Amino acid sequence: MSLVVLPVILPLFGSGLALLAIRSLVLQRVIALGTNLAALGCAIGLLVAVESDGIQAQTVGAWPAGVGITIVADLAAAMFLLVSLVVIVLVQVFAVGQGSDEGNPRIGQPVYLVLSAGVSLSFLTGDLFNLFVAFEVMLIASYVLLTMRATGKVVRSSMTYVVINILASTLLLSTVGLIYGATGTVNMAELVTRYPELPQATQTALGVLLISVFAIKAALFPFFFWLPDSYPTAPVAVTAVFAGLLTKVGIYTLIRSTTILQLDDARWLLVVAASLTMVVGVIGAIVQSDIKRILSFHIISQVGYMVMGLAIGTVAGLTGAVLYVVHHIPVKTALFLVGGLVEDATGTAQLSRLGGLVRRAPVFAVLFLIPALSLAGVPPFSGFLAKLSVIVAGLEAEEYVMVAASLVASLFTIFSMSKIWAGVFWGTADDPTPALAEAEANEQKLPVHPVTTAATATLVLATLIVPIFGGTVFELAERAALQLLDSSDYIEAVMNS
Amino acid sequence: MSIVLAVLVAWLFAVGTYLVLQRALTRIVLGLGLMSHGAILLLVAVGGRAGRPPLVGKGDDGAGIAAPLPQAFALTAIVIGFGMTAFLLALAYKSWVGTSDDEVQDDVEDLLSGLGGSDDGSDDEPWVEFEAEDHPDVSKRAKP
Repeated sequence: MSLVVLPVILPLFGSGLALLAIRSLVLQRVIALGTNLAALGCAIGLLVAVESDGIQAQTVGAWPAGVGITIVADLAAAMFLLVSLVVIVLVQVFAVGQGSDEGNPRIGQPVYLVLSAGVSLSFLTGDLFNLFVAFEVMLIASYVLLTMRATGKVVRSSMTYVVINILASTLLLSTVGLIYGATGTVNMAELVTRYPELPQATQTALGVLLISVFAIKAALFPFFFWLPDSYPTAPVAVTAVFAGLLTKVGIYTLIRSTTILQLDDARWLLVVAASLTMVVGVIGAIVQSDIKRILSFHIISQVGYMVMGLAIGTVAGLTGAVLYVVHHIPVKTALFLVGGLVEDATGTAQLSRLGGLVRRAPVFAVLFLIPALSLAGVPPFSGFLAKLSVIVAGLEAEEYVMVAASLVASLFTIFSMSKIWAGVFWGTADDPTPALAEAEANEQKLPVHPVTTAATATLVLATLIVPIFGGTVFELAERAALQLLDSSDYIEAVMNS
Repeated sequence: MSIVLAVLVAWLFAVGTYLVLQRALTRIVLGLGLMSHGAILLLVAVGGRAGRPPLVGKGDDGAGIAAPLPQAFALTAIVIGFGMTAFLLALAYKSWVGTSDDEVQDDVEDLLSGLGGSDDGSDDEPWVEFEAEDHPDVSKRAKP
């Protein structure tokens, strides 16, 4: 069995085991963390293998390639997989520390493993129909995590999320059907050669359909409205992992499909969507007054930068997009986790009821500051490298309007990060929560939960890896972009699997 | 693709879209169900001309049979669609139990953002102490 299939199979197997261990929470946690750690180990091995030996592929079920489902990892997929699994494991530790997997029925950990398998399969599949299945696996797990303990208002906002995603999945299914009808295959490697043989009009129509579907998943303008409604209502560990991973899976499939199908005449669509997504997302963030809602709007804005790299379409642009995803996944998750730490300690995430945490909880302030500056693109943090490479690529490709939009969005990002900073960490609260008021009165520090804080701190430290090994990461991203643009290695690896 | 199937797919999508745009959750669920039927029928329809046998005996080169791949797709999609519909119904029930209303309400958070206030949406999170006096009914606050 090849290493590529393990990140998918292990969590699914672990999920079954964890369900069997439903009577013991400790056993469940050991199984769930163990399997995700094993999957993380496989992801590291996979990245090393792809880096040294080229693209890894495995066609399952002993069918010939092109008939059976191919699981394939190129550099981009392997990098995203590794980053995602790091985030998945650390958020799991956070959730265990917080005890949010307690309570009956104990299905939190098994469902979380299914989510992990779905995310891995989305990155690794080389087959369009299987991608639909991977999305469904990931989404059904996300629906359950979102609504598991929900009541009243939360059910209403998760309903929007569920309905929009089922609608998008139905569209994806129809598009896959139409692509099969037109080309006779759903294998991505075969589509590289067969898709350009179609009449130009058919290519454009199918391409726009596919881009729309993935744009809904990635929360691109004008399909972003569901995200800030649903994400902030979930428990913080769930929101953090969704914020880090789910839209980025959409971005990955968008990158994959536009490069595989060579959708050059739909590029203007991506340029418009990227510019508007960056600006509209960040403007949405400015009017919010709740940490989780501000951060949710920032997901949308940041997704715009990744699509900007893709819309530029050059090697430099795609390098920027890959770097941006690698930078964004841990940074965004870390910000949400800090939001969770603040909420756990004080009882609220509303800016008006918080203040002065730089004195009451200096640890949180440091943990927030690093990813916040990184998100805004301040050197030397990871966001600077990612933003710089996207913007330089944009200037080279003479996409001045889009570059201007990205700079404006960047400025507003700093503004709203300072808004959180000023509201939560500086000053005093207008209307402090009981926990905060008590700490203020006694001049005490707020309680710092060791496990959740350690998990967050590890993730924040992990975001520093990108700037420290900037050269290596950039070179890897550039090679990943070259592989995405030149499909010959991909086809060869899939056909020989 | 047979014209009858094509028209039927279009009809299912049209009715589904109409139902999804309604306010009542049960109609939305039904609409999504119809749309997924439309998509599945589309998968069957792209499999080639009607009337071909699904399988022929051993040693056949497969030229005379219907394409097996779309049928596999359709079966997978039916199973997934079934699961999703069941989940949606459960969620709609939960929503009905919570609010004793089948209507999808406007999001108060959106209205509040425009008015400069915000509810922190934390009333369902177990680690947050909920104090009723700090959280007057949001819908009342939403009215200027």
